[in-house]
Amino acid sequence: MKGQLGMAGLGLAALLSMGSAASAQDADKLVINGDLEMTTRAPAPEGLPFEEVISGWHFREDETQALETDDFDNPGMLMVERGQDLWNEVQGAAGKSCASCHGEAAESMKGVGAKTPFWSAEAKRPVNLELQINQCRTERMQAEPYKFDDPDQIAMVSFVRFQSRGMPVKLDLDQGDMKAWWERGKELYYTRFGQLDFSCASCHEQNAGKYLRADYLSQGQINGFPTYRLKDATLISTHNRFKGCVRDTRAEPFQPLSDEFMALEVYVAWRGTGLAVETPAVRH
Amino acid sequence: MRGLVAAAGAVALVMASVAAAAAVTAPEEVKVEDMTVAASLTGQPGDPAKGRSVFSSRSLGNCLACHANADLANELFQGDVGPDLTDVGGRYEPGQLRAIVVDSKQVFGEQTVMPAFYHAITDQRVRKDLAGKPILTAEQVEDLVAYLVTLKGK
Ligand code: HEC
Ligand code: HEC
Repeated sequence: MKGQLGMAGLGLAALLSMGSAASAQDADKLVINGDLEMTTRAPAPEGLPFEEVISGWHFREDETQALETDDFDNPGMLMVERGQDLWNEVQGAAGKSCASCHGEAAESMKGVGAKTPFWSAEAKRPVNLELQINQCRTERMQAEPYKFDDPDQIAMVSFVRFQSRGMPVKLDLDQGDMKAWWERGKELYYTRFGQLDFSCASCHEQNAGKYLRADYLSQGQINGFPTYRLKDATLISTHNRFKGCVRDTRAEPFQPLSDEFMALEVYVAWRGTGLAVETPAVRH
Repeated sequence: MRGLVAAAGAVALVMASVAAAAAVTAPEEVKVEDMTVAASLTGQPGDPAKGRSVFSSRSLGNCLACHANADLANELFQGDVGPDLTDVGGRYEPGQLRAIVVDSKQVFGEQTVMPAFYHAITDQRVRKDLAGKPILTAEQVEDLVAYLVTLKGK
């Protein structure tokens, strides 16, 4: 009897999700500045229950989408420009700027944001741009590390990732212990948290394309981060977004840049394999 | 004399509240049998008017996050994660509705995303101030059940 109703429930849910999957996301194409064609749908990497991975851009309304199609309209570009200035600014006791070591970011940083997080042989762990930049600051520039979510940190991360805009996300999981971190991230993705008992998958896998009250649920991809959020009127970092989503389950979130969120970032970034880097994306 | 009466009154009050407390079934004591929780968790019938606000309140049931309900058509943005509940009172017995609200996982299976509303979670990093507390009180569950029973479609 229990099984029966369970089955009926599941069957209904499956039917509903099939029904909405066809009409869920729009078929628009994301082209930036009239010439940069962005891959916003890609065949899902093996092991995901989706056929396609889909950028969060497709889940937003036309007006929000439009803001990302032109850099003059994209409010996130201001921070990218701020990052450009910081790139060239000497900071720290070593008297160096980023440019002192890396020259033109358009060349030296191209592709870095598409393979993030990547294995750091020095740190013996995967690092994202926040951690890599702080490593450069402390070890090479003898400058203070950025505090998490310092506006300068967000500007620098956005500027570096912007150099990969349009390139497909592709992690190298063969480096170091990346696979173990990926496994840990996957485990976290499917772990239910909080009083409301939701995992990431509850919202972004089981219910992508459905409405949670006024929120149209996307696949929760991170190809666009840091992402300009209209609600917050600022760029939001990946770990800040993770924190918000965990908090919404009525759980105590993990610390930004903790091992848990780094593992989750490795896994969630992998889930977006093939999607173009959109930094700075615009969401509502 | 007057003091004595007051004292007796106080004793009676304490006894009454003990009786009321004893009648409430704690989350860990609720048994879902045959997908049903037959008896009221408070021993009393719920209040459907209060149940209606438990249903729509974001801080209580927040049922509209996942379910549409035509009886609350004035509330914008109704979710579609779960089935439309407009006529759910005609589809289930009260005891089944109570079981679904108390712990939907025991009715639909572990996979469901519907939270258990009368089930205390202590682990999985539950926010400290909420650890061990169910989402709704027994009284709120009863009010909700009394309301759901009235949903017979529009
Ligand atoms: C209770 C539902 C819920 C849960 C659980 C949840 N999220 Fe979200 N998440 C949302 C909503 C709502 C949004 C905003 C709309 C959207 O993009 O889906 C969002 C957005 C996101 C975004 C931004 C997507 C974009 O394109 O900008 C990311 C990334 C994300 N979530 C990751 C996660 C991760 C990782 C977890 C688990 C730790 C998680 N979410 C758990 C509801 C949830
Ligand atoms: C996060 C999502 C979510 C929330 C919040 C939620 N539900 Fe549900 N509910 C579901 C899903 C999904 C189903 C379908 C069962 C399944 O397949 O898992 C369901 C099924 C039901 C059913 C059975 C409906 C049918 O037609 O079979 C009832 C009754 C119900 N929910 C009542 C409620 C009430 C009352 C609340 C608020 C106190 C609530 N739900 C909150 C997701 C939710």
